Amino acid sequence: MAEHHLKTPLTDADIEKLKSGDVVYITGTIYTGRDAAHKRLVDTLDKGDPLPFDLKGALIYYVGPSPAPPGRPIGSAGPTTSYRMDTYAPRLHGLGLKGTIGKGRRSREVRDAMIKHKAAYFGATGGAGALLSQAIKGAKVIAYDDLGPEAIRELTVENFPLLVINDCHDGELYTTPNLEAALAG
Amino acid sequence: MRTIPAQTVIDKVAEMCISANRELPEDVMASFRKGQEEEENPAAKEVFRQLIENAEMSKDTGLPLCQDCGLAVFFVEMGEEARVEGMGIRQAINEGMVKGYQEGYLRKSSCDPFTRKNTGDNGPAIIHFDLVPGDKIKIWMMAKGGGSENMSRVMMFPPAAGWKGLREFIINRVAEAGPNPCPPILVGVGIGGNFELAAINSKKALLRELDDKHADPEVAKLEEEVLAAINKLNVGPMGLGGKNTCLAVKIAVAPCHLASLPLAVNIQCHSARHKEVVL
Ligand code: SF4
Repeated sequence: MAEHHLKTPLTDADIEKLKSGDVVYITGTIYTGRDAAHKRLVDTLDKGDPLPFDLKGALIYYVGPSPAPPGRPIGSAGPTTSYRMDTYAPRLHGLGLKGTIGKGRRSREVRDAMIKHKAAYFGATGGAGALLSQAIKGAKVIAYDDLGPEAIRELTVENFPLLVINDCHDGELYTTPNLEAALAG
Repeated sequence: MRTIPAQTVIDKVAEMCISANRELPEDVMASFRKGQEEEENPAAKEVFRQLIENAEMSKDTGLPLCQDCGLAVFFVEMGEEARVEGMGIRQAINEGMVKGYQEGYLRKSSCDPFTRKNTGDNGPAIIHFDLVPGDKIKIWMMAKGGGSENMSRVMMFPPAAGWKGLREFIINRVAEAGPNPCPPILVGVGIGGNFELAAINSKKALLRELDDKHADPEVAKLEEEVLAAINKLNVGPMGLGGKNTCLAVKIAVAPCHLASLPLAVNIQCHSARHKEVVL
């Protein structure tokens, strides 16, 4: 399993070399967005209005951080469960989104979209929000401030630690549960 | 009658909310250390290493363990000879929760189910009361995240399903949940009662110590057996494969209607945050 240090925005070439199980450290700018923000992004697209950030080469982090205490750019900031954004992700990948960061399994449709549009799905360790926060050096709300923790933030990250869960070659890192063994007891 | 000032309740509850979100119970930490040792898969080992480091980071910086500081759930055992003076105990607990979530820089995760608008103060707290003899008030606080709660289920089985049917459902549920609820998980199980009692019991069961044994040796056996079965699934820490899919299964049993066999499975992530206080 390889280790990569990548800078945003990501290119097709960056994505093509990634394999499920690779460790990736991201440096640059990533955007936060979860349930309510995704709904607004898609409503904005439906209306034909411009999005609050450029999707080309972008990475979206599924996170709703805790409030920043004094002296810190952000509070705890670990991933939320990704399947809830599955209905939105294929469309965004079609518009140039190169990667998403979250936890948990993606749908077949999202994985197909990642193959088609050369994108990857990255896992960050769920429940390690205090630790992951240390790699975030800056945070600024750029849209939907009224959504509170769900607002879209532009994060400046340095060596943000990720695992490739799904690559653009249909790789899958999550195990298939061994139901037969478990049920047999 | 023993009287407890509302302000005492407010301050204690606020303190519990903050400390629950910054410090994992020692039994949970011990299970992380054990897991790190046991796992052979390097990715699984690394998850445990990060969880241990995360807990240390949280203690050092005061940042919450997880950004999802949960809906605040309380179980209250209210002594029949105790009363809270100044305001109702429900209001006092809620005010304490709001204060704790505000002052501790904890995330407010409560919203309107239709408009999805954040209520802004993580309220209202979810409080389950029990009246008990005595003049003390015991309060448990649980910070319950959405990711693991979403993977939980209540199922009304016909009696013919028996333990075999329940066991299959529990194992299938954990398998289907897979990496989503931040494994290694704890599984709270409510068997019997009715629709709501099964659910409440399954959640309350999660407050037990990880390594305590059920008072009924038959139930204790079931807990151990299902735990061993679940850990054969190879879901593993964060779904990456390994021996630790589940850290403990806790079962609560209650009598039920002749016609039904209720089952509730409450999934709890590894960030098993809870505190208790006796007033
Ligand atoms: S499931 Fe638990 S550990 Fe994972 S993000 Fe939610 S609250 Fe945090």
